[in-house]
Amino acid sequence: MSDDHDHHDGDEHELRVSKIRSGTVIDHVRGGQALNVLAILGIDGSEGEEVSVGMNVPSDRLARKDIVKVEGRELSQDEVDVLSLIAPDATINIVRDYEVIEKHRVEPPEIVEGVLSCPNAGCITTSGEPVDSRFEVLEDGVRCDYCGTIVRDEIAALIDT
Amino acid sequence: MRHDHLITSKQLTREDIETILDRAAEIDADPSAVADRHTNTLLGLLFFEPSTRTKMSFETAMKRLGGDVVDMGSVESSSVKKGETLADTVRVIEGYTDALVLRHPKQGSATMASEFVDVPLVNAGDGAGHHPSQTMLDLYTIRENAGLDDLTIGIMGDLKYGRTVHSLAHALTNFDVQQHFISPESLRLPREVVYDLHQEDGGAGIREHESLEEVLASLDVLYVTRIQRERFPDEQEYQKVAGEYQIGSETLEAAGDDLTIMHPLPRVDEIAPEIDETDHAAYFEQAHNGVPVRMALLDLLLSDDEAADRRGGEADE
Repeated sequence: MSDDHDHHDGDEHELRVSKIRSGTVIDHVRGGQALNVLAILGIDGSEGEEVSVGMNVPSDRLARKDIVKVEGRELSQDEVDVLSLIAPDATINIVRDYEVIEKHRVEPPEIVEGVLSCPNAGCITTSGEPVDSRFEVLEDGVRCDYCGTIVRDEIAALIDT
Repeated sequence: MRHDHLITSKQLTREDIETILDRAAEIDADPSAVADRHTNTLLGLLFFEPSTRTKMSFETAMKRLGGDVVDMGSVESSSVKKGETLADTVRVIEGYTDALVLRHPKQGSATMASEFVDVPLVNAGDGAGHHPSQTMLDLYTIRENAGLDDLTIGIMGDLKYGRTVHSLAHALTNFDVQQHFISPESLRLPREVVYDLHQEDGGAGIREHESLEEVLASLDVLYVTRIQRERFPDEQEYQKVAGEYQIGSETLEAAGDDLTIMHPLPRVDEIAPEIDETDHAAYFEQAHNGVPVRMALLDLLLSDDEAADRRGGEADE
């Protein structure tokens, strides 16, 4: 198996985070962002998903990384691209019967919809109207399509939970 | 002009702006020629915030084109008071009218509303966001008085919350204009607007200042806006700051003879009454220009709409 998280970083964290049979492994998440990854994907365990999370495990590429494994669910490229906002180095491994059948990076999307909440209290999207938030993704942040507010830092704090 | 709605001045090219201003000039020269142009056309006025000039000039403009208006009235007496969303309100009123004019306290409200309606919608102010029809009458006034190219303009006052300023600054990047922004530190342009101006202009035509003296002598136009009391923590601080951005006869001693002074109105004491009678004052002319310019806007938006209908609803590109 060529999966980065199982071989490249050695056996050390396999002890902490078990292999999955089928589903998605999100690897190389910046240390401390694993719970935000779950929040941005809307995965909170309430639907019975089997989820394993490793936090601040040693990594060659990142000094410390987080890793998220979701059993029984193959996340699409569209679903995971939004992770580029908080985990730009993340790699996505789709696993079937313990084999990685697909592996790719996250690419910044042009637009993210319904994921972040605008921090501007004067914005129409935070006023109980029947619209999803919509942000344009800039090189160094995001911008509300409605009120124009630009956010460069703390994007994770905008995740609509 | 090929737009379904007018939401921000950012959406307009130089060509679009010139089309609007040229049409306004034609109408201004001979208003009677368009007196029957839009008979049986109804304009819906949705003002969720108080307005005198904008609302009355849209009403006048529609009536001078042969149409009429229906007015939601004040928020206090409307369904909004019962908790209706803006999305529902515009979808209902759309069914009664041929076009909508919306003023709303929330930023982005016009963008959102336009996603729910098919009739043309004009943003008449969305919180601290944009006010593009004001910008068109500002540009019309600038063009009449000083021309729109090779122009040096000072924009002074509340640049942070002033939506007329944000819209005007965007629109001016389409022309050969040096823009000087003059304000107290606490009321500087929002970073979003500065970001856009740099995107559009590379930042070459933009300078920020705290004092009018630094640039007054070089200006062709000085656009003054009101600094509001509620932006400051206490009365003393307000008086101190506001006093530095007031224009009187003495201030103008350092100005060029041809300086044009504009103001979106209402003013409080930013411009002394003694200036009104000088050749510098263009703010009442500016307010009057609201009618021909809004006639031109409505005419172009409604004519586009009719043209689109005639083409069988093909989307305008």
